[in-house]
Amino acid sequence: MSEVLDTPEVRKIYIDARGPRFGAAITTTVLAIALVTQNELVLVAQGIVFLIGAIRGPQFTPYGLIYKNFIKPRLSKEAPTEDVRPPKFAQAVGFVFALVGSIGAFTGVDVLFTVATGFALAAAFLNSAFNYCLGCEMYLLIVRFTSK
Amino acid sequence: MKTYLPLAIVLVLASAYGFWWKLSRGAIRSNKAIPGHRLTAETLGEGLGSRATMVQFSSAFCAPCRATHSLLSQMVLAMNDVKHIHIDAESHLELVRQLDIRSTPTTLFVNKDGIEVGRAAGTPKREQVLAALENIR
Repeated sequence: MSEVLDTPEVRKIYIDARGPRFGAAITTTVLAIALVTQNELVLVAQGIVFLIGAIRGPQFTPYGLIYKNFIKPRLSKEAPTEDVRPPKFAQAVGFVFALVGSIGAFTGVDVLFTVATGFALAAAFLNSAFNYCLGCEMYLLIVRFTSK
Repeated sequence: MKTYLPLAIVLVLASAYGFWWKLSRGAIRSNKAIPGHRLTAETLGEGLGSRATMVQFSSAFCAPCRATHSLLSQMVLAMNDVKHIHIDAESHLELVRQLDIRSTPTTLFVNKDGIEVGRAAGTPKREQVLAALENIR
């Protein structure tokens, strides 16, 4: 298999594929609460979770730990695995939205808070409900626009 | 102050988009092909198949790229006139722009002359691949 998808290095970072999707379901709930209550502190807390997921990987976030300790033991032992890079990318995108939304809230631009939180919520919802692959749809477009 | 309107808007729009996305992934479409563009062994880095070639573009942040790769590379084992060529989209940006590849995995179905006859965004089903290859002569 080609080097972009599978090398011994990539194989070391395989994780249980069900974990990030479970995390996306919690993220959807948390962001829905932030949007309904217009509470910027909820968004900031979710932003910290995104940051941990983007830097260390979704398996190290509080949601990942809940999955590992309480959900995974109840599921079948045969876990589908996936490369950690796609969910890490999605967490990074989530972090950018949370950051923009928080800046909006703390500078009094409420519409920025609502729109950015809405986009982060849409992405988390698509991930949990449709197994949406954010990296598949966004990454190449970003590279096409940002590099010569 | 509680407001449910933004939540409702997001869930409705995201659901509509999600259903469209789910249904359109993997479908092999001839009308998405870029006309007049001829793929050669030089641009692809590998020779074409004697009847057909499936050119798959992948990236690192793409979970279904792996499934697509295993499906297609396993399918061509039983076909001596069809090739599967795998390309890292990020390191072939010029080609990606020429062919207007927007998401990964995208697989181009190419005839023996290097002309694209159809493309699939997302992982196609085995039957869809077989049907598309059947139409390439």
